Amino acid sequence: MSERTDLLLSLADDELILGWRNSEWTGIAPFLEEDVAFSSIAQNEIGHARALYELAAVELGTTADALAFDRGPDEYRSAPLVQLRRLEWARTIARHWLYETADEVRLASLKASDDSELAGLAAKIDREEAYHRMHAEMWIDRLLATDEGRSRLDEAVTELWPYALGVLDDGLRPEFRAHAEERLGRTLPDVEAVPRGVHEAELAELWEEMTSVRRSAPAGSQW
Amino acid sequence: MVTADEVWEALAEIPDPEIPVISLVDLGVVKDVSVEDGAVRIDFTPTFMGCPALDAMRVAMESKIAELGGRADIRVRLDDSWSTDDITAEGREKLRTAGLAPPTPRPAARIELVHLQRGFRCPYCGSTSTRLENLFGPTPCRSIRYCDDCRQPFEQFKTI
Repeated sequence: MSERTDLLLSLADDELILGWRNSEWTGIAPFLEEDVAFSSIAQNEIGHARALYELAAVELGTTADALAFDRGPDEYRSAPLVQLRRLEWARTIARHWLYETADEVRLASLKASDDSELAGLAAKIDREEAYHRMHAEMWIDRLLATDEGRSRLDEAVTELWPYALGVLDDGLRPEFRAHAEERLGRTLPDVEAVPRGVHEAELAELWEEMTSVRRSAPAGSQW
Repeated sequence: MVTADEVWEALAEIPDPEIPVISLVDLGVVKDVSVEDGAVRIDFTPTFMGCPALDAMRVAMESKIAELGGRADIRVRLDDSWSTDDITAEGREKLRTAGLAPPTPRPAARIELVHLQRGFRCPYCGSTSTRLENLFGPTPCRSIRYCDDCRQPFEQFKTI
């Protein structure tokens, strides 16, 4: 597999698995606006995953659906940050903001790529991600405005920080750290990243559910 | 033999599956049409990537071209070549009359929350005393706003 396809699958798997996690708030978010927001963000992320899988599928001679649903749980390249099961609200917001902040750094580097197909797709994805970032930033403003909000956010960010670092390659981490520290007004721990390729137990549970319909369908079913 | 002009006319009759007041041509998603030996090549850009209407648009284009006696060859452009700035003036007016506030122009730099806070006109009463209720709405392309004058919530087409 080429380095490019490997990268496309990493990006797509992050978006698919996080999209799935975000969709778990549909119907049960703490209030209606967030129910709508997380559902809509989930829809966007899964749309991004589809486009990325389609590019990868060209080289691999397969389809986006097969890449999304026919691989075993150990074959996903998603960062462990997105695999963690639905977390309580402060951690959900912390993960959302950490992922979107890291993803912004990653998209900026992809947009500058010499690979015009990948750069063009990254630019398109980034237009939509801008709304996810605005949404996450509104929450950070809200949480930083009170002592309780700040302390719950700090606790959640500290816990998730090693996972957040694992979203990016080594070279992009310093920029991500600088953005995050500036926004929070504090330093973040100097820790080892939880790298891509580690599979949290929660991913297997998610995979069971996510692929159950497709696995139960008779061979030759058309979607 | 079908001509490119006929294809454009036919595509202008296909409604957006989710916002049927506006056609695919109004939406600006058809980038180019060329015809060669009965093969009708259509360059098409998705709007929002998670939009479930995209597959429906594709099927509608294929059957429309078949009605004209052509064979559709739809090429999807997955790049940054579609913006809400591509929605035609006529399309914007149709959105407004359907109660959906049209998108504002894409800012030169990146879009920020401050661009979305003020200056939006209520499609019902015309007031600009409106505020952002939710960046997200019932479909990927919409935000929810509220008009402080006529007290009507309304949908705003997101700028991208």
